[in-house]
Amino acid sequence: MEIDRHEIDILETERIKRLKESSQLPISDPDSWLEEEVKRSIFLTTVDYIADWARSRSTFPLMFGLACCAFEMIGTAASRFDVTRYGMDIFRWSPRQADLMICAGTLTWKMAPAVKMIYDQMPEPKWVIAMGACAISGGTFRESYSVVPGINRIIPVDVYIPGCPPRPEGLIYGINKIQQKILKDSIKNYQ
Amino acid sequence: MTIALKGDGVAEKLGDIFPGSVIGSDKAVVIVDSESLYKVAEYLKNADGFEFDYLANLTAVDYIDYFEIIYNLTSLKNNHSLVLKTRCYVRENPTVPSVVNLWRTADYQERETFDLFGIIFTGHPNLKRLFMWEGFDGHPLRRHYLYWLSEPSLLY
Repeated sequence: MEIDRHEIDILETERIKRLKESSQLPISDPDSWLEEEVKRSIFLTTVDYIADWARSRSTFPLMFGLACCAFEMIGTAASRFDVTRYGMDIFRWSPRQADLMICAGTLTWKMAPAVKMIYDQMPEPKWVIAMGACAISGGTFRESYSVVPGINRIIPVDVYIPGCPPRPEGLIYGINKIQQKILKDSIKNYQ
Repeated sequence: MTIALKGDGVAEKLGDIFPGSVIGSDKAVVIVDSESLYKVAEYLKNADGFEFDYLANLTAVDYIDYFEIIYNLTSLKNNHSLVLKTRCYVRENPTVPSVVNLWRTADYQERETFDLFGIIFTGHPNLKRLFMWEGFDGHPLRRHYLYWLSEPSLLY
């Protein structure tokens, strides 16, 4: 009985093991926007406001549905709960063209290096929404041998949307929150 | 409707042709010895009146005394189905003959069973892990596999 162990398998194992070791603690959320009182010059404030207003109303979401929450995301994008009215009518498949990553569904350790790679490929500025209980903390499958306990072990998350799965209205509430967060951003951060 | 064959009737016929192979039978299943599994499977695939040419499912269950490997066979010609089981009473390196040469779907199904239970199928051309990654330690679906004792930091 011959077993062919390709180098690809061994490389995959190395990647997963390295990722697992480096993600023992969750990454802290970028939540300074909740209390920030930014003092800026009048000119910069106007430019900031216009730029942020434009950015928040036209985010290109990256279609990243992993499991059942993906269907709620698709349902939100359909005609009854339209997500086009928030500017997100084209769900981008390529990370190079997207700026909002909606992680919907359970993340497993085998998929985790791919998620990290896609997050790294997105150009700045980028935001992440964790949708559903499994993306927030592993959900019901937290104690499983193959589930990552929350995607904030691997990538920093901006908005968490609880639910199993969250209703489309819940996802729209999360999108509102992310729009408020983007409005508080400053173009000084991206010089 | 696909008729589910009664295990008792099939067990009698198998007992005539392969004496000593059937360990038990029920209204729904036939349980066969693991050494004579390949002969019985070949007979069930080729014989007139049976002709099970479609292996729908191949899984295993871990009862703590033994592993039980379950085959769901269906005949597309005669429109009936059967559940065939075999047992393995060894805990360290349990071995069962592979049915890859009879039904090609057993290729991936046996790899999955090996990955999750640790059951070794002799005669399988490429028995390596399918779901878990290559160097994963242990077989997750066994009864005695407790993940959080080995990596408590990932629970909290």
